Amino acid sequence: MRPEVELPTAITVPRATDSQGMSYLVSLPRRIVTVWIPLGVFVIVLLFPFYWMVITSIKPDAELLSRTGNPFWVIHPTLAHIEKLFFRTGYPEWLWNTVLVSVVATFVSIACSVLAAYAIERLRFKGSRYVGMSIFLAYLVPPSILFIPLAAMVYKLHLFDTRLALILTYPTFLIPFCTWLLMSYFKTIPFELEECALIDGASRWQVLVKIVLPLAVPGLISAGIFAFTLSWNEFIYALTFISSSEVKTVPIGVVTELVEGDVYQWGSLMAGALFGSLPVAILYSFFVEYYVSGLTGAVKE
Amino acid sequence: MAAVSISGVHKWFGQTHVIRGVDVAIADGEFCVLVGPSGCGKSTLLRMIAGLEEITEGEIAIGGRVVNRVPPKERDIAMVFQNYALYPHMTVRDNMSFALKLAKRSAADIKQRVDRAAGILGLSSYLDRFPRQLSGGQRQRVAMGRAIVRDPQVFLFDEPLSNLDAKLRVQMRTEIKELHQRLKTTSIYVTHDQIEAMTMADRIVVMRDGIVEQSGNALDLYDRPANTFVAAFIGSPAMNLVPGVARIDGGAPMVEFDGGVRLPAPMNARASDGQPVLYGMRPEHCALGANDGLPAEVVVVEPTGADTQLFCRFNGQEVTSVVRDRVACRAGDRIGLMPDLSRAHLFDATTGTRLAA
Repeated sequence: MRPEVELPTAITVPRATDSQGMSYLVSLPRRIVTVWIPLGVFVIVLLFPFYWMVITSIKPDAELLSRTGNPFWVIHPTLAHIEKLFFRTGYPEWLWNTVLVSVVATFVSIACSVLAAYAIERLRFKGSRYVGMSIFLAYLVPPSILFIPLAAMVYKLHLFDTRLALILTYPTFLIPFCTWLLMSYFKTIPFELEECALIDGASRWQVLVKIVLPLAVPGLISAGIFAFTLSWNEFIYALTFISSSEVKTVPIGVVTELVEGDVYQWGSLMAGALFGSLPVAILYSFFVEYYVSGLTGAVKE
Repeated sequence: MAAVSISGVHKWFGQTHVIRGVDVAIADGEFCVLVGPSGCGKSTLLRMIAGLEEITEGEIAIGGRVVNRVPPKERDIAMVFQNYALYPHMTVRDNMSFALKLAKRSAADIKQRVDRAAGILGLSSYLDRFPRQLSGGQRQRVAMGRAIVRDPQVFLFDEPLSNLDAKLRVQMRTEIKELHQRLKTTSIYVTHDQIEAMTMADRIVVMRDGIVEQSGNALDLYDRPANTFVAAFIGSPAMNLVPGVARIDGGAPMVEFDGGVRLPAPMNARASDGQPVLYGMRPEHCALGANDGLPAEVVVVEPTGADTQLFCRFNGQEVTSVVRDRVACRAGDRIGLMPDLSRAHLFDATTGTRLAA
């Protein structure tokens, strides 16, 4: 074949953030008003809860309850609350339960959602649109209505007060959401790719595993993060189905065992909240790029 | 390699009748181009051959085997898509070996086939790149390489060049034709571009509204279009079709146009006296005369160097002429356009079919 008249070098698509555009017109004061001040406000608003949790969890009780002094600062920091949380409550167990339940429920939900979303979006069976709609409607039913019938089922299956009760009930709200999210992500994968793979000799299952899933990784990650966060923070089901301390999750354990009667142990409560929210926050910050592209979703060739 | 036969094929999408009875027989090793305006059903027909659409009625056979109920992967075909459909998460090598790996070929065999195809297509130094790192022409070649490595019975092309710029399109056109001459694999190529069809095809199938208007080799279609649609579709600039009435009073048959202007009828045409006709003359077969022929007014003169295109007006209708020489015409001049009577045609004004002797 004859040589082609074009540059042999790779063509890299410039990323939007690299483009300078007309930014040379933006003066410093303007930049302060339009960029730095709003950014500062965001940072303060978003980080303040964390600051408040940290400051509260290291304040000695005397400072916590005193009406004088600066509430935003701590004079004699102490690790007593944290020590109590980790060594004199079931907190490490709750943390482990939460991790276990969230991870398993997330994986179960994602596996089911991938199959459901692919079938609805690409196999286009009769009535697939209605199935898609009804899955979305299922998500709209609030858990506060569902927990009563679910409790009856959990009890009948002798799962009451076990982790399995949570692992099996969380997917009831995770699967609809993840399916919906993955459906819209699968929609962005050009169907020619799948047709081409079918002609190349792949079966439906191979198309799903070798073509669709590798391309849907951002969507899978964002669905996974969402599912993980929702199950991590879940409250009602955990409160209803669990009663023993050793199978409690963090949100329930902190509320039920660190509030004794009408005494709020603020220091330990805040420490519990802090260590309960950090893993999710860290997870988000690692995957934020995938997460955004998963929600706005597009597969580029 | 195999012959492909399409017989009595219909396709319904719900209530829409997209393919309305198509019969085409494509010989072993032939390069067949399906051409027609968008929405004529050419891509649907190709997808039915590939097995991506169900055949509502009729039969498609590849190499003598009826494939109506055969899934795409068992048809032994390869398809090149308009947007290339390269797997974005795989390197060029992986893209090209995907089908072979699925077919469980040995690693040595895969490597040998991929390297050979890459050599043919000039892709050897790009095998470890990802599709996004390639230019349009290179992606197009990878898509073809993916088809070649499989050594299928039939190649299917679905408008493979329409995403390329004009210059590259011409170049790739030649490359595909060269490739076909080398591999001699039966190929079915869909395009809306009649020049692509004319230059590449052993056989052109012109389609409109789900039926085949005419099928034959390029020069057949150019010299003997079956009807006004094919006549206007094949050739560029398009054939002039001027309405008139056939007159046979005693002497030679003539065609009379509005305003009483008469031209002798084309040599190979037969029409009855008083029959309304369309006088078809290709721009390149209209000579410039001073006084004879159609009296027309020059509207625009477009010199291209090699030839000159004259856009003229006769009876309020645009008539085009392409002249090999440079002419001293200007806009506003009155000229006579004299068709080459051995290459002009008459068409029935109502049915559009060519009135051949």
